[in-house]
Amino acid sequence: MSKNDLDKRIVTGPDGKQFEVDPMQDYFCQERPKVHEPSANKIWEKFLNWARAESLWILGYGTGCGAIEMRPLMTPRFDAFRYGIQWRPTPRQSNVIVIGGYMSVKTLKRVIRSYEQMQGPKYVVALGSCTINGGMYWDSYNTINRLDKYLPVDVYITGCMPRPEALLAGFEELKKIIKKGKGEGQNLYAKNFDEYKANQKQIIKNWDMPDYNW
Amino acid sequence: MKALIKRLKQKFNISDPMYQRDNEVFITVKKEDAVSFITHMNKVEGFTHLVLLTAVDWLEDGKFQLTYLLNNNMEKMDVGVQVFLDREQAEMESIHHLWKQAPTYQRELKEMFGIDFPGSPRIDEPFILEGWQEIPPYRRDFDTKAYTEETYFPRPGRKTHDPAEYMKQKLYPEE
Amino acid sequence: MADINKYRDKFPDKNPDGTNIIDMESQKFIKIWQGPQHPGITGNMSLELIMQGDEVLECKTHVGYLHRGFEKLMERRLFIQNFPLCVRIAVPEPDFNEYCYAATLEELAGIKIPDAAEWMRTLILEMSRLTSFLMHLGGQAGAFGLGVVAQWSNYVRDLMLDRFEEISGGRIYRMHMPPGGVRGLTPDGFEARMEETLRTIESTMRDIDKTMFDNAIFKRRTVGLGYIDPAMVDEYGVTGPNARAAGIPKDVRKDYPYLKYPELDFDVITATESDVYTRTVLRREEILLSVDLIRQIMVKMPKSGEYMAKMPNVLHWKIPKGETYIRAECTRGEYGYYTVTDGSGYPRRVNVRGPSYTHAVALMERLAIDCNIADTAGLMLSLHTYPPEIER
Repeated sequence: MSKNDLDKRIVTGPDGKQFEVDPMQDYFCQERPKVHEPSANKIWEKFLNWARAESLWILGYGTGCGAIEMRPLMTPRFDAFRYGIQWRPTPRQSNVIVIGGYMSVKTLKRVIRSYEQMQGPKYVVALGSCTINGGMYWDSYNTINRLDKYLPVDVYITGCMPRPEALLAGFEELKKIIKKGKGEGQNLYAKNFDEYKANQKQIIKNWDMPDYNW
Repeated sequence: MKALIKRLKQKFNISDPMYQRDNEVFITVKKEDAVSFITHMNKVEGFTHLVLLTAVDWLEDGKFQLTYLLNNNMEKMDVGVQVFLDREQAEMESIHHLWKQAPTYQRELKEMFGIDFPGSPRIDEPFILEGWQEIPPYRRDFDTKAYTEETYFPRPGRKTHDPAEYMKQKLYPEE
Repeated sequence: MADINKYRDKFPDKNPDGTNIIDMESQKFIKIWQGPQHPGITGNMSLELIMQGDEVLECKTHVGYLHRGFEKLMERRLFIQNFPLCVRIAVPEPDFNEYCYAATLEELAGIKIPDAAEWMRTLILEMSRLTSFLMHLGGQAGAFGLGVVAQWSNYVRDLMLDRFEEISGGRIYRMHMPPGGVRGLTPDGFEARMEETLRTIESTMRDIDKTMFDNAIFKRRTVGLGYIDPAMVDEYGVTGPNARAAGIPKDVRKDYPYLKYPELDFDVITATESDVYTRTVLRREEILLSVDLIRQIMVKMPKSGEYMAKMPNVLHWKIPKGETYIRAECTRGEYGYYTVTDGSGYPRRVNVRGPSYTHAVALMERLAIDCNIADTAGLMLSLHTYPPEIER
């Protein structure tokens, strides 16, 4: 999108009338994210956590190398559908985002946009050693080194590439975390919102999004 | 191949060819004759396939070396045309009228090395990087490790204790 | 495909030089980003489409989401340290990187690799081509709604990855061809298991024939779409199955023979009209050709012998000054490495020529014009591009 599309300007409509348009204010909401407390009824909360853990819908976004081992997961050999894991095409319908490997600065901007558009409660799974400390591209000028400075990570899966069995073990770990009630990535993001935003804005130099993409 | 080199030497002022393999030759051409030489190779000699266009940075000599690799699929021959440019004023004539894929290569060279090709379509649009404010990254005086340590938050490594280093410090502290 | 010239009077006016006059404020045009997060894009690339109604008027491609600066990183590492790094440039088909890198270093340093190593390299390259074609076939069918073909072809690809794991220990990044030879030969009983896998592949291809290639809807949607003129092949630098489908017999294995291809018996497959359907049929023929080549190699390959040449100490290896270019035929086209050395222990410049560089940027922008929005995904996939090798 060129810079002109998001500026404030005066537009002539099809019927000749002129009106003023400010896309950043009109199309995007300016609210900050909120922290969601667990409900007071313990049994109800346990039931909700069980339901969330048994139906993890993943956003279909292959950000890096790790996406190549996601395809065998869909096939009958390593069948992920029997665990309740599905691939969805849009962020509005999913609640897990799997970051597969390294992330360049350009991809980070799009991933932040997708992550913030997802509906809560949402979780982040980081694949591979590039998300932990930069991996093989630790001295590259275009890849980030530590993912948890920009997004709250729930589970790390190590390997280069992780095998499909390792991916399934990682999802099992995520389910245990959710059932215990510790899947708090979204609340962590809302509590330390300013710190995460400052880190993101420091490396993404052409910021033309609102602060939180609802 | 030898007959081709003889024909070219009569018409243009080229250096002695460097034979890498029987069917692969690298020739150096001066900057002013380069585009007419390449046009001649394309239209007359049958080198219709542009394999790649890339640059090498010779920082010690203060030059950029541009390499146009041309390929003749009928005769199965490769000719690499080398052109040397001055590093401070890196500018070269564009060849976008010969091949429609050339503007892509030229966009990448402008962004990564800073070599300008005036007249090439969409030359100023960023191709790979977004919001880049430093010097062109593929130049040899750009230190990528220092840039990473400054900008992205590197995770500190483990502390290891090398026994040889430790004994050396203990026994010979003044060295 | 309907004759759209009948409706040309409703389309935008043209400038004197033929380009469209597009006025975004008049609300007759819409700009859509088929962005990086999209199930119908191969890898991480985005298309910026300007459309009127359902038809695409202009298309711009945006790459750079996977840029890691490989060529800069390679200048900072020793020759042997570059070997695990260069594998990750083209993710679904990594063996061609290893072969081309090792071959340039061997040529510049004057090392000749033994016979058994050359046979092993040929076997691995052919197996790699087979896995890549199978994955692509699944993706191509998925873009037009046939998801079941993707399930079948990825399953047989998994069986082939098992054979890779037996040889080298890795499913995706095999790293089996360091400079100087290969890391090992085939284990015992490999031929029987390979034959079983090849038979499974052939029977699955018969199923895919009935489901996809004889399917009336698939044929109706793909015939006539994305037509590549033979004159465009040299102008845009098209190589591989895209060029062979247009009738031009360009195949690196026959034109510039390398490894043990002169001893294998095969023909170059061409077709006459290059649209999406013909290209898919050509790739299916190439799958069967690869199966046949693997059978020939298993018969002719020596089962034991020297597989690594005598190398100097790789941690202090200095290569004399020179430059060279080595090419290989990968599934998408001509894959090449251009290496420049300067006499020190580090390479001066390594440039990777990926075939998708020309297909996905200049050719896609040309082919997407006058295409329907529902077909851009299928068109994009039929050019078989992998974005990591565009921006390395």
